[in-house]
Amino acid sequence: MFELDNKPGDVNLEDYETDAENHNYAEELSEIEAADAEQFLNVGVDIQEIRRSGTFIQKDSSVVHCKTCQDGIEMMGISQAMEQHGWLENYIWKNVSPDADKFTSRTKEKPHEGYFIRSLPGMKASHPVQSCLYIAKNKFSQHVHNVVIAEEGSELHIITGCATAPHLDSGLHVGVSEFYVKKGAKLMFTMIHDWGENVNVRPRTVTRVEEGGVIVSNYISLRPVGSLQMYPTTYLEGEGAVARFNSVLVAGKGSHLDVGSKIVLGAPGTRAEIISRGITSGGTIIARGNLIGKVAGIKAHLECKGLILNDGLMRAIPELSGYVPGVEMSHEAAVGKIDQREIEYLMARGLDEDEAVSTIVRGFLNVDIEGLPANLKEKLDKAISESQKDMM
Amino acid sequence: MLQIEELKVEIGGKEILQNVNMEIPKGETHILFGPNGSGKTSLMMTIMGFSGYNVTHGKITFKGEDITYMPIHERAQLGIGVSFQRPPTINGLKTKNIVEICGMNRSVDVNELAKQLDFSDFLDRDVNHNFSGGEIKRSELLQLMAQEPDLLLLDEPESGVDLESIVLIGDTINSLLHKGIKFPRRGLSHIAARTKSALVITHTGHILDYITADKGQVLYEGIVRCSRNAREILKWIREYGYEECVLCSN
Ligand SMILES: Nc1ncnc2c1ncn2[C@@H]1O[C@H](COP(=O)(O)OP(=O)(O)O)[C@@H](O)[C@H]1O
Ligand SMILES: [Mg+2]
Repeated sequence: MFELDNKPGDVNLEDYETDAENHNYAEELSEIEAADAEQFLNVGVDIQEIRRSGTFIQKDSSVVHCKTCQDGIEMMGISQAMEQHGWLENYIWKNVSPDADKFTSRTKEKPHEGYFIRSLPGMKASHPVQSCLYIAKNKFSQHVHNVVIAEEGSELHIITGCATAPHLDSGLHVGVSEFYVKKGAKLMFTMIHDWGENVNVRPRTVTRVEEGGVIVSNYISLRPVGSLQMYPTTYLEGEGAVARFNSVLVAGKGSHLDVGSKIVLGAPGTRAEIISRGITSGGTIIARGNLIGKVAGIKAHLECKGLILNDGLMRAIPELSGYVPGVEMSHEAAVGKIDQREIEYLMARGLDEDEAVSTIVRGFLNVDIEGLPANLKEKLDKAISESQKDMM
Repeated sequence: MLQIEELKVEIGGKEILQNVNMEIPKGETHILFGPNGSGKTSLMMTIMGFSGYNVTHGKITFKGEDITYMPIHERAQLGIGVSFQRPPTINGLKTKNIVEICGMNRSVDVNELAKQLDFSDFLDRDVNHNFSGGEIKRSELLQLMAQEPDLLLLDEPESGVDLESIVLIGDTINSLLHKGIKFPRRGLSHIAARTKSALVITHTGHILDYITADKGQVLYEGIVRCSRNAREILKWIREYGYEECVLCSN
């Protein structure tokens, strides 16, 4: 069950409204309003749906578009999925307890859809599916409940973007996500956030991985956000299961990011890696990483690097716990400013000081993210370059 | 090409270079000898304009321009290129990207240059990340090939390099100086024209077996003591050691 290891922050649920009017369903993505579509694009949603196996879009509490283009992949709103699959009750609220904290219990009381994505046994989707959770209504608190199941031997890549309408005064997003990676399956989950400076965000994610299963999770937040607090927890329960978590974080003035991951290595031969890169320029980043080795023959590594440009707070909290001999666990954490020697080295190659700094920052954030489609990679590089304008 | 007059340099308040005078004419390669700690690297860093090396007296002129207080990148753009002894690692920046940067808006065939230096396998690695001594040298020279500077400052180009690679390093330096036989860039007329200059730092002198020098100088305790034929100096140093060698200048 989901354990909440840190304070949820000072969000007052009563400050938000929990009802939103219904939005019309769009059969085709091209029917979506241009202003919304633009925001989707920023978080990796391909409007043309080229090289995507499916698309799910939710605006406030309404599913406004959902389509799969590949047999063997199911994608629908969670309420529809519960109607369709009676067995889903064996998955819902089984990884995460509604009582974990006030956000999970609010999601139980007042659910606003969320996605159900499942790859059938042996199904290897050639392209990622994409989803977008979007807040358009001012002061809305969106509580989604997502379930992802990668059945035995299947491969699934989800690109999920979260965004808000421009100029939202305030908003809260709570996402309860329960991921199941079955025997020999592989789930790649790439999440890109562009929430806006007045939005508070509380994802609550727990993943279970069976024998030989792999979860790769990439989290990217380069744009301003009010406060974000998440601590996705992964249980590697089957022999040889693997988890890799990457996060790339930029916190400008006013942004408070408390982002960590916890991985419990509970079976022999399991492997885990957490890599985090954070840059603060006037904001706060708390980068946590927690690896727990329960049995012999596991291997886990945590790498957390932070840069402070100008000012701001960068706190790295790496934790390793080994419960038996025969665990192999390590961490590497570094926090500091850009090394002047690196700047001058690049200047000696002809770059001026600003160009040298941006080149180093781009490199710093350039974690090799597995499985990212080329166009999304380009978009990210561009976003990284643009985020520098906010930082300088 | 490069002129240094009565240069005094401090690091952290301590005088490291006491009185350096030097002239490297266009087309000439000069060797800078000196024992460890004599200030050779400091001189090079000062010529390039690195922070921490405070010029308290004197003047550095390059191509007729006073560059004593010019920012580093302007010196690079003016045509000075450095091969560093211990360059920093830059995480996330690929070697091929820094080579492109060195091209400064000229188009460079990075793959072709890397092939010449037998460095193709390193193009996708982070700059200097876990490079061995010899790999650092090749990486530095690869960057200079893209940069094509008029004045090369090479800090101990042979140190940490195995015997096989030192031939390659020598060939590459000759090519950079347009003296290349192995990688001739523009034919013999360019070799004859000799437009490129170099200051090559060495404390062992091994590199002299692979490149030709017009002149040698000895830096000892922050002062340039001697200036004459490079091979002659090397012979003296090998025979008598630095301590004895510099006595003749007194
Ligand atoms: N960053 C520095 N801070 C303090 N002293 C330094 C620094 N760099 C070099 N020095 C000192 O300056 C002297 C010359 O060093 P260096 O230029 O590296 O000599 P060389 O390259 O000839 O071996 C040495 O005594 C060295 O300890
Ligand atoms: Mg030196």
